[in-house]
Amino acid sequence: MTSALDITQAVKPPRSVFLNFPLGHQTGKPHQPELQRQIVRDALSCFETIRRPGEIVELPYVWDPNDRTWEERDYTRGFMPRRPTPAEADASEAERRRRYS
Amino acid sequence: MPIAYIPRTQELYSSYTPYRWVVNETVPWTPLKKPLSSCKLALIASGGILYRDQPRFHGDDTSYRRIPKNAQASDLNIWHFGYPTAAAQADPNCVFPLERLRELEAAGLIGELSDPAFSFMGGIYSSRRVREELAPKIIEELKEARVDAFYLVPA
Repeated sequence: MTSALDITQAVKPPRSVFLNFPLGHQTGKPHQPELQRQIVRDALSCFETIRRPGEIVELPYVWDPNDRTWEERDYTRGFMPRRPTPAEADASEAERRRRYS
Repeated sequence: MPIAYIPRTQELYSSYTPYRWVVNETVPWTPLKKPLSSCKLALIASGGILYRDQPRFHGDDTSYRRIPKNAQASDLNIWHFGYPTAAAQADPNCVFPLERLRELEAAGLIGELSDPAFSFMGGIYSSRRVREELAPKIIEELKEARVDAFYLVPA
C-alpha cells in the first residue's frame, strides 16, 4: 500500500497499490468501514492481478471531491500537530500500564 | 497531482543531514503459488501501532510489536512522530486494517490472516538499519508462521 508515489517508484516493491490520500489514511478514512473494506479488498486483489514486477496500481478513490487542492497544503511546514512532550508521553504510557495490569 | 514526497521531505527536514533515499534498480519477484483464498496473509504496518500496554517507540527505533490478530480497536494505540495520527487514533483501521482483514478472512477472500500482525515506527533515519536490523527479524517471524504473502501498510 502506498500514498507516496515518487518514493514507491524509487524503491520498486514487487507489487504496489497507490491511494492518493494524505499520510495517515493509507487504508481509508476513520469510521468509514465500507470505504476501508473496498480499499483493502482492491489492494489484496492485486496479489492475483499484478503480473509485471514493480507494477503500481492506482485506486480510483478521491480524498475530497470538494477540495482538489489538498495536496498543495498537506505535508508542508507546520502540517504536524504539536508532539506530546516526553512527560506527557510517559504519563500516557503509565496510564496504559495501569489499565492493563 | 500526487504529492512529490521526496522534494517536500527535503524541504520539511532541511535543517537535518540530507536523507539518502533508497533507489533500487531491480524488483524482487516471487509469484503467488496459489489463489489468495488459500493463502496465509500477514499484516505489517509501519504506522507505530501499539497493543494495550506495549511500550511506545523512540526515535530511530528498529524494534517492532506483535499485535494479536483479535485485538479490538480499543486495545490499540498509535505512537509516531512523522504523520498526523488523529485519524488513526480515532480509528486504527486507517493505517492498520485489522478489522477489515478479519472480515475478509471470514468472507473467504483470504485463506487465513496470520497471528500476530506486526507493527513498527517507520520514522527510522537509516535505511541500512531497517534492512539489517528490523527486516530480518520480521522475515524470520513470517517464515516461522509459514505465511504465503504479507500486506505492508505504511502511514
